[in-house]
Amino acid sequence: MSLNRIIGLFLRHFFLIKSSLPRILDLIYWPTIQIILWGFISKFFTTYSDYYNNTVGVILTCAILYDFLFRSSISFNMLFLEEIWSRNFTNLFIAPMRISEIITALVGTALIRTLIGLVPAILITSPLFGISILNLGIPLFFLFLSLYIFGITLGLFVSSGLLRYGPAFENIAWSSLFLLAPLGCIYYPIEILPDFFQNVAKGLPLVYIFEEARSILVNQVVNYSNIKNAFILNAIYLFIGISLFYYSFSQARKKGSLINIGE
Amino acid sequence: MQKSVIVENLSKNYFKKEAVKEISFTINENEILGLLGPNGCGKTTTIAMMLGLLKPSNGKVVIHGMDIEKNRISLLHKMNFISPYIELPKKLSVKENLIVYGKLYGVKFISERIEYLSEKLRLEEFINKKTGELSSGQKNRVSLAKALINEPSILFLDEPTASLDPETGDFVRSFIEKISKEKKMSILLASHNMDEVKRLCKNVLMMNNGVIIDKGTPNDLIKKHGKRNLEEVFLKLNRNNHELK
Repeated sequence: MSLNRIIGLFLRHFFLIKSSLPRILDLIYWPTIQIILWGFISKFFTTYSDYYNNTVGVILTCAILYDFLFRSSISFNMLFLEEIWSRNFTNLFIAPMRISEIITALVGTALIRTLIGLVPAILITSPLFGISILNLGIPLFFLFLSLYIFGITLGLFVSSGLLRYGPAFENIAWSSLFLLAPLGCIYYPIEILPDFFQNVAKGLPLVYIFEEARSILVNQVVNYSNIKNAFILNAIYLFIGISLFYYSFSQARKKGSLINIGE
Repeated sequence: MQKSVIVENLSKNYFKKEAVKEISFTINENEILGLLGPNGCGKTTTIAMMLGLLKPSNGKVVIHGMDIEKNRISLLHKMNFISPYIELPKKLSVKENLIVYGKLYGVKFISERIEYLSEKLRLEEFINKKTGELSSGQKNRVSLAKALINEPSILFLDEPTASLDPETGDFVRSFIEKISKEKKMSILLASHNMDEVKRLCKNVLMMNNGVIIDKGTPNDLIKKHGKRNLEEVFLKLNRNNHELK
């Protein structure tokens, strides 16, 4: 055993971490987010233990919906990251592709990737737990569509960061959705959040989407105003996401990150 | 002789550092222009600006009479690039990669084009193999096939024979020589291989610290500096430049 070699390898990673703020933030916020999320879930079940007649059904349905959002966003980011990992990034940007074409291609491919992962998960919930997400009826289509648009929008935000800052932004790509999970009110109603966070959460389409899912499953009531609110917010965020992507591309051309994207 | 590329007072500043300082040159149709200089002298930055990957701080690049900044997409259809620092996706087969790039460049008859390039660049024996499983020489030929998939009229070659064995290196050089004549291409060749530059290039630009410090035909430069070969000229110019600094 050589202490020098051990220190050498330690330094290889230490230098990498200390030079990258996204990597440091990534180390800090995973445990923080987990604690906050499970803290709210625990608080909800302690306070409202008799809220759900069908706890497993609601939790599983919300988990599938959340996973759909997670997969669409990650799929979008993965397509971008694949180009960086394979060192194909420059080839892509010297091809005569418009930004709108890149976004459209990624949106379509991300949907296929998401469905490949999700359909089997939906199918096994019925024989294993006797639950079918199709119980949500026609609004399910709108909920999926809304989640998909928001997932793609998050993908656009993260890809903009990857374009501008390179692979150091990769960790944000993986964890962006976990950051939103506590505020998205996936497993509990918005009332469980402290007042300040409630105000922030109301600015996210997730709150309306999951509120609607619970409303249908628990009360068998379809509230289209939730779906409408989600779509309005989605449209705003999507517009910002696309604009940011264009801006990041322009900045990347100025700063040179399209040619020296690496570690 | 028709000028395919005109570079006018091109500059690039990164914060306070001037990577390229007001360089100007032209590339004629059917000409291979050599771009020589030590590492970090601004060659890659210059190529990146010519490819529209990098926005110039000043000056402009005019290709076939059009400014790259205003006509990036339409000009990229007519250009391509090869560099040892960029690769094709490793998990895709050679054929799949060429199909993808054929589509991206809007090639009409992709299968025929791949067949043609496959024969010319001797790709047949590994066309269905994963790109990541190939040797450096094979990968290099595949990259060259990708760079020619759209029949570019302007080609940028950044160290096209780096890390190749002498036989493959010679094959690639002969191929470049042949297609540039056949297709009347304009080629910008950045290389550290002086014999390669002397063999392929009609004219040479010598760069250092972001500026062009000399230019001319390889033979004229050798004569002008009283040296035996281009490598000695390169060393003399760069040592002079260090002393001046």
